[in-house]
Amino acid sequence: MASNTVRTATGRTLDDLNIEAIWARELTAEDFRISGQTLRHQAETAEAAGYRQLAENLLRAAELVGVPNEEVLDIYDVLRPGRRTYDDLLGLADRLERDLAAPLTAAFVREAAEVYRERGILLKSGSSSE
Amino acid sequence: MVAMHGCDSAKDEGHCMRSKRSERLAHRPVNRETFIEPWPEVGLIAFDSPLDPSPSLEIDNGVVVEMDGVRREEFDLIDHFIVRHSLNLDVADRAMATPSREIARMLVDINVPRATILELTTGCTPAKMLDIVQQMSVLEMMMGLAKMRARRTPANQAHVTNRKEHPALLAADAAEAALRGFAEVETTIGVTRYAPLNALAVLVGSQTGRAGVLTQCAVEESVNLRLGFKGLTSYSETLSVYGTEDTFIDGDDTPWSKAFLGAAYASRGVKTRYTSGTGAAALMGHSEGKSMLYLEARCLLITRGAGSQGTQNGSISCIALPESLPGGVRAVLAENLIAMMLGLEVASGNDALASHSEIRKTAKLMLQFIPGTDFITSGYGAIPRYDNMFGGGDFDVTELDDWYVLQRDMQVDGGLMPVTEEAVLRVRERAARAIQAVFAALGFPPITESEVEAAITAYDSDDMPDRDKMADIEAAHTLLYGPLTVVDVIQILEEAGFQDVAANILEMQRQRVIGDYLQPSAIFGDDFQVLSVVTDPNDYQGPGTGYRLEGERWSVLQDLPQAWDPRTYLESLGGVQETLWLEEIGPADRGDQLEVVIALGPAFGAEINHTIGGLDHRDVLSALLQGIQDEGVHARVVRAHHTSDCAFIGYAGAQLSGSGVAIGIQSKGTTVIHKRDLAPLDNLELFSQAPNLDLDTYRRIGRNAARYATGQPVTPVSVKIDNTARLRLIVQTTLLHLYETQQVERDRPPTELRVS
Repeated sequence: MASNTVRTATGRTLDDLNIEAIWARELTAEDFRISGQTLRHQAETAEAAGYRQLAENLLRAAELVGVPNEEVLDIYDVLRPGRRTYDDLLGLADRLERDLAAPLTAAFVREAAEVYRERGILLKSGSSSE
Repeated sequence: MVAMHGCDSAKDEGHCMRSKRSERLAHRPVNRETFIEPWPEVGLIAFDSPLDPSPSLEIDNGVVVEMDGVRREEFDLIDHFIVRHSLNLDVADRAMATPSREIARMLVDINVPRATILELTTGCTPAKMLDIVQQMSVLEMMMGLAKMRARRTPANQAHVTNRKEHPALLAADAAEAALRGFAEVETTIGVTRYAPLNALAVLVGSQTGRAGVLTQCAVEESVNLRLGFKGLTSYSETLSVYGTEDTFIDGDDTPWSKAFLGAAYASRGVKTRYTSGTGAAALMGHSEGKSMLYLEARCLLITRGAGSQGTQNGSISCIALPESLPGGVRAVLAENLIAMMLGLEVASGNDALASHSEIRKTAKLMLQFIPGTDFITSGYGAIPRYDNMFGGGDFDVTELDDWYVLQRDMQVDGGLMPVTEEAVLRVRERAARAIQAVFAALGFPPITESEVEAAITAYDSDDMPDRDKMADIEAAHTLLYGPLTVVDVIQILEEAGFQDVAANILEMQRQRVIGDYLQPSAIFGDDFQVLSVVTDPNDYQGPGTGYRLEGERWSVLQDLPQAWDPRTYLESLGGVQETLWLEEIGPADRGDQLEVVIALGPAFGAEINHTIGGLDHRDVLSALLQGIQDEGVHARVVRAHHTSDCAFIGYAGAQLSGSGVAIGIQSKGTTVIHKRDLAPLDNLELFSQAPNLDLDTYRRIGRNAARYATGQPVTPVSVKIDNTARLRLIVQTTLLHLYETQQVERDRPPTELRVS
C-alpha cells in the first residue's frame, strides 16, 4: 500500500521510524505496531485479490490491535477445548464487543460457543474457572 | 526337489536358496524403509479409503444441511467450521455440479487461467477436492502446481538450529543461509527457554547475510506469539490444524482457537501460515478410517476458512508414513496441489527426512522442484543433519552443491544461489560479531573471541565451545519477559558499528507497520520489494509464460564456483615444452625391413605433452620403444598430420611399416595396434581407455606389436577397466582431442621423426 498513508498504531508516519529517532530513544516497540486502519486496508486488498477469508482474518486482526498482549494470550487460551463454559464464552464475546470494540471477534467467539456446546467440548456449567 | 524362494520361516532352514543379488538388494538403503499394505480401518491408506465419502453438498436457504454425505445434525467441529467459513456458497452449486474430471482437465489446460479455477475450487467440499485430484497422474499434478502456485517467483526456506543452541553459530548459519538465497529462515530449540535467544541470533544473522529474510522460531504458541510481539520474529508457521475432531482436541485446539491465533499474529504484523499434512491423524490414532489425503483436504479447507494466507504441507514430519503405503508420494503431491487450488501459499514439505535412499529422496523432491512451489522445501537444513533440531532434515548443508547442480542441469530456479567461500566466511564472521556485540551490550553471557572464531569456520556445534547454559537461559528469560525489544537491538547494532544490519532490522520493523507482507505468498525481493500474490501473481499459461529462469538470474544460478573455463585447459597442462625432443627429418617413406612403426598424433610431444592419464609423452614413447626393443625388433617413429583419429593414425603407420604392423597413438594416450591389410577402423588391439594405461601397459603394447610383426603368437594386453573414467574425464578428453584436431593438416603426408 502507499507508504505515505501508513500510520503506526501509535499514530506515527513511516518517515518517523528512522535510525535517528531510535538513536534519540524516541521510539519504542509500540511505535512499530501495525495499525487497525492499515490492517483494514490490507483486508480490502486481500478481498480484491479473491481472498475473502484472509480479508475477514485481517479485519479481526484490526480489532485485536488495541487488545493488550496478555489479554490476547488469555483469549486464545479461553478458546481452546474444554477451558470454559458456554456462559464464559458468551461473557468474553460481550466484553469484546462492549469494551474492546471488537464486534467481529465477538461474533466469532459466539459462533465458537454454539459449536463447542453442540460438540460437547466446553467446561461443564457450574465448574466455571473464572 | 523344488527350490524354495526366500526363507520365510525357520522350517525353511536348510532348504532355501538365496540369490547373491537378492542379498545385495536387501541391503540397499531403500530396504531400510518400512513398506506396508493398506489398512483403511485405521487410516493407513493414502487415498481411496472405503470410508471416504462421496462429494455432496446440500444447501437450504443459504445454510448447508449436508456436506460429503454427513447431515448437519452429525457435523463435527471441522464440518461446522468448513460450512461456515471455508465454502464460497455463491459458487458451490456450480462447482459441485461441474464434473471432477472437467475441473482436473482445467488444471492442466494452459488456456484456463489460474483465477478461473480458483473461483470454482472455493466452492468445493473436501471430498470434491479429493475427487478432482484423483483424476490426475503425477505428471498432471505437477503441471497443476506450475499453474496454481500463488507466487510467480519460486523460493525456498531454511532450517537453522544447533544442538548447543549456540548463538554465534546460529547467527553465522543464518547469515550464510540468507546469503545463499533462502527467503525464510526457521529456527527452533531443544529447550523451550532458549527460544528468545535463538530467535534473536537468527534475526541478527539473517539480516547480516541478506536484507529482508523472514525469520521465525518454532515453539509453543504463547511463547511464539510473545516473540512476535517483541519484533524478534516476522513469520510463524506453527499453527497446526488436523483433519478429525479428536485429533484437533488432542492437539489442544479447535479451528476457532487456531483462527483466533492467526488474527492475533496478524494484529502484530506477523505473517502466518498453517501447517498440516497427510498421515497426522493416523499417527495420532484418530483417522476415523478415512484416507490420509481426504483428511488433509479437510485440513486445507480449515486453513482457507480461517483466513490463513498459506500452508506448510506435504506431510511434513509424517512423510515416512504415507511413504510406507502405495501411492503415498503421489498423495503428498496431491495435497500440495489441493492447497494451491485453494489459493494458499504452499511451503511444500521436503523438510523431514523422507528416505534412506538418495534415489527415492531426490525423485520425490522433483515433484515440487520441477514445477516450482512458493517454498520448495519448508525447511532445507542449512546446517549439518546432526544439528537439525527439527528431526533430521531431508536435505542438509552437505548437499547444497547437489541442489545447485540440479538447478543448473534443468534450468530450474530452486531458490538458492551459488556463493563463494570467501563471501560465506565474510558474512559468517560479521554475523557472529554482530550477535557478540548485542550480547555484550545487553549484559548477556559474553560471546568470546574464540567462540566467534569457531563459529566462522565450524562444521557443526561440536566445533563450538560449550556455554554456560543456565546463564544463557536466564538471559533468554530476561529478554522474553523484560522490557527489551527489537528496538534495543537496532540501537545496539547501530552503536557497535553494524549500521547495515541495524538498518535491515529497522526496515523489517517498518515493513511490519506497512503490512504488505501479510498478503498471500509474500517474501521480500531486492530492496525489500514485496513479492506476493498481489505484486507477483503466478501467470503461468503454458510455454513462454509464467516464471522463467533466464537473464541475470540464470547467469547467477549457472555460475558455480567449481565450474571452470575450458579455454584455459591447455595452459593448465603446462603449455608447449621448451626443448624440442621430436625433430622432423622429412617425409616418411614406406620401410622394407622387419620393423614396427609408431605413428604419433599431430600434437603429440609438441602442442600437447601429457596423456589424459598424466603421463609425460616422452615416457610413453620410451615405453613403447622399449617394448618393441624387448622383442629385438627395429622401431621407427613418424607423425601423422592428416588426421587426429586414432584408427587412421594407426592405419597410416601400418601403410609405412615394413612389417605392416604399426602402433598409432593420440596425444591423449589412446592407442591402437594396426596392420596394413586391415580396414582402417579394424585393428589388432585397441586401448580406448587412455586414463587407465600406465607405462608398463605401453611397454607391453610395444612388445605385442613386435610379436605381431615377427609372426609370433600373441596374448592381447589386458588392461584395467574403470567404467567411471569416461564420466570423470569426458570434458578433458574432448578438449585434448580438440587441440589435436586443430593441428591437423589434411593434405600433409606423414613425416619421419628423430627422437632425442
